[in-house]
Amino acid sequence: MPEPGYYGRFGGAFIPEILVATFDELREAFESARNDPAFWREFEEMMSTYSCRPTPITFAENLTADFGGARIFVKREDLNHTGAHKANNVMGQGLLVKRMGKTRVIAETGAGQHGVATATMAAKLGLECTIYMGEVDVARQRPNVFWMERLGATVVPVTEGSRTLKDAINEAFRDWVTNMDDTHYALGTACGPHPFPEMVSYFQSIVGQEAREQIQASAGKLPDRVYACVGGGSNALGIFSAFLEDDGVELIGVEAGGRGAGIGQHAARLGLDDATVGVAQGYKTYFLQNAEGQMQETHSVAAGLDYVGVSPILADLHEKGRVRFESATDTEVVDALSLTVRREGLIPALESSHAFAHAFKEAPQMSPDEVILINQSGRGDKDIFTVADAFDDPKWKAFIQEKAEAYRG
Amino acid sequence: MASASLEQYIRERRREKDILLMTHIVLGYPSFEASIQVIDAMVENGVDLIELQIPFSEPIADGPVILHANQKALAGGSTVAQCFDVARAVCARHPIPMLFMSYYNIPFMHGIEAFARDSADAGIRGAIIPDLPHEEGAEMLEAMAGHDLDPIFIYSPNTSDARMSAIAERGRGFVYCVARKGVTGASTDFGGLDEYLGRCRAATSLPLALGFGVSNADDVAALVGKVDIAVIGSETIRVIDERGVDAVGEFVAGLR
Ligand SMILES: Cc1ncc(COP(=O)(O)O)c(C=O)c1O
Repeated sequence: MPEPGYYGRFGGAFIPEILVATFDELREAFESARNDPAFWREFEEMMSTYSCRPTPITFAENLTADFGGARIFVKREDLNHTGAHKANNVMGQGLLVKRMGKTRVIAETGAGQHGVATATMAAKLGLECTIYMGEVDVARQRPNVFWMERLGATVVPVTEGSRTLKDAINEAFRDWVTNMDDTHYALGTACGPHPFPEMVSYFQSIVGQEAREQIQASAGKLPDRVYACVGGGSNALGIFSAFLEDDGVELIGVEAGGRGAGIGQHAARLGLDDATVGVAQGYKTYFLQNAEGQMQETHSVAAGLDYVGVSPILADLHEKGRVRFESATDTEVVDALSLTVRREGLIPALESSHAFAHAFKEAPQMSPDEVILINQSGRGDKDIFTVADAFDDPKWKAFIQEKAEAYRG
Repeated sequence: MASASLEQYIRERRREKDILLMTHIVLGYPSFEASIQVIDAMVENGVDLIELQIPFSEPIADGPVILHANQKALAGGSTVAQCFDVARAVCARHPIPMLFMSYYNIPFMHGIEAFARDSADAGIRGAIIPDLPHEEGAEMLEAMAGHDLDPIFIYSPNTSDARMSAIAERGRGFVYCVARKGVTGASTDFGGLDEYLGRCRAATSLPLALGFGVSNADDVAALVGKVDIAVIGSETIRVIDERGVDAVGEFVAGLR
């Protein structure tokens, strides 16, 4: 029997004593919910009436023709309420919070998608909400900060460490060790101490369950390759989970290649060679750290992928050879985004565009009988400032200048 | 340092003093020279044990004061190798027990066996690793036992009686009782501790230390008769930040 909470040699629960009882409570609440068929029904009902589930898959006909290789299908998690797969996990945890009788939720956020999703859930379920967000991310994702605040959440900019996602996670833990009696920490990805990796993957598995049926109906077969971007790993595990037993389906996780190889330049833990196994933020996995175990700076054009660790479940699937890991650079990602917008009228988030970028590299080498499924984890509207900068769009700049002038007046 | 066990040392000292003091420092903050100077001042002014924190980039159980000290030490280039050097130096010149405190990734990356061996070689007597519950700690506990290092475990107010007993079986030296929820550095009301400390006492025969929020002589006095050791954590760093390294001696002397 493997240890509970372990996936091969990864995972575990490296938590301070003060949180042990809280994790016991959470594990029990999650177990009892998972064993109650009514809970999943309630979850599906919520997701089909409040969000847009089931989300469709779209045949990317033009890109398929352009590349002349495999047929390309896209799972449309961007059509979720709040614009990303994050809603699946958050609404699921929200229902769990109700079962546990807690009245406040906290969360970390990188891109702001998980923060917006959590603030939305809190508004709907009548919970108090505080979101921790690295100062660097606050600066690059202002539209999401705006919406979190409108939704009634308190957004706390985190000024410690690298001022990105990992620092926001640390601050959320510091809040939780003080306020656990009435507060649930809705962690946003399949990382952190047990049971988070398992619980987040469980809620995200709705993506794969739908996609597996949909692709067979649309393409007439299972996909040959499934691509998903990997930040912490929740959207990837969500879609991969339905295909793990299908030997013919190759699963590809695409990480942030940033500015290229070399520690500090990217956030690829499994797709490049710079990460090593360590223990931080409550779990054991590959981290971008130095030889003494200090976490290092990471970089990605996509705030949601800019993270030092990776899901222990994915680290194990990597080690077992079940999931292949690749990385896409910032430039490749912006190019893939712009191509997808122009040719398909789809606007993937910068995070999701990593999956597209790598799929585009492989599609032309594949045959037309083969099928590719890309998880479009979120929509790109939130990235308008970053993308406009990448394109150096003169009309956008003029607009911002005029706006600034008007505010000044 | 005499070869008496840490527990024996605490019991013997307690015959002379009604409460012992354990202080905490972050190695390399604000510099290694300063760390040594602070440790010297602490020992000269009667401190009974010192927790030497090896800085880590993600100290999740620490509040803002210790967090900043960790970050500044790392930004100043503090390495684990230097922490071992300083530990060796201060253990050699001071007769009181020194403990390492750090997060699990530090020994994990150093190599668990090598960490225990190097700690023992340096003269360190035990370690506090707040993110290593005993369920995850088998390898670390074995390595420490092999080098006669005492694992100091933590109790918190929401630790169940059954769990306190399970922890007591694995701990050595003393048990570190966290006074309240939250992280290090915030203040604590020491009035309502009796029920909790009663549970701690019932669960273990090891000496008890109490920390989190102990910051002045009144706090220490309030703990006399309740625990064996008062732990002063963030407050010393605050003193260094506000009044400089030279103020530490007087601050420590005024605690008891
Ligand atoms: C749209 C989108 N995709 C992907 C991610 C990465 O997270 P994960 O790897 O958990 O799916 C994020 C994170 O913020 C995101 O906003």
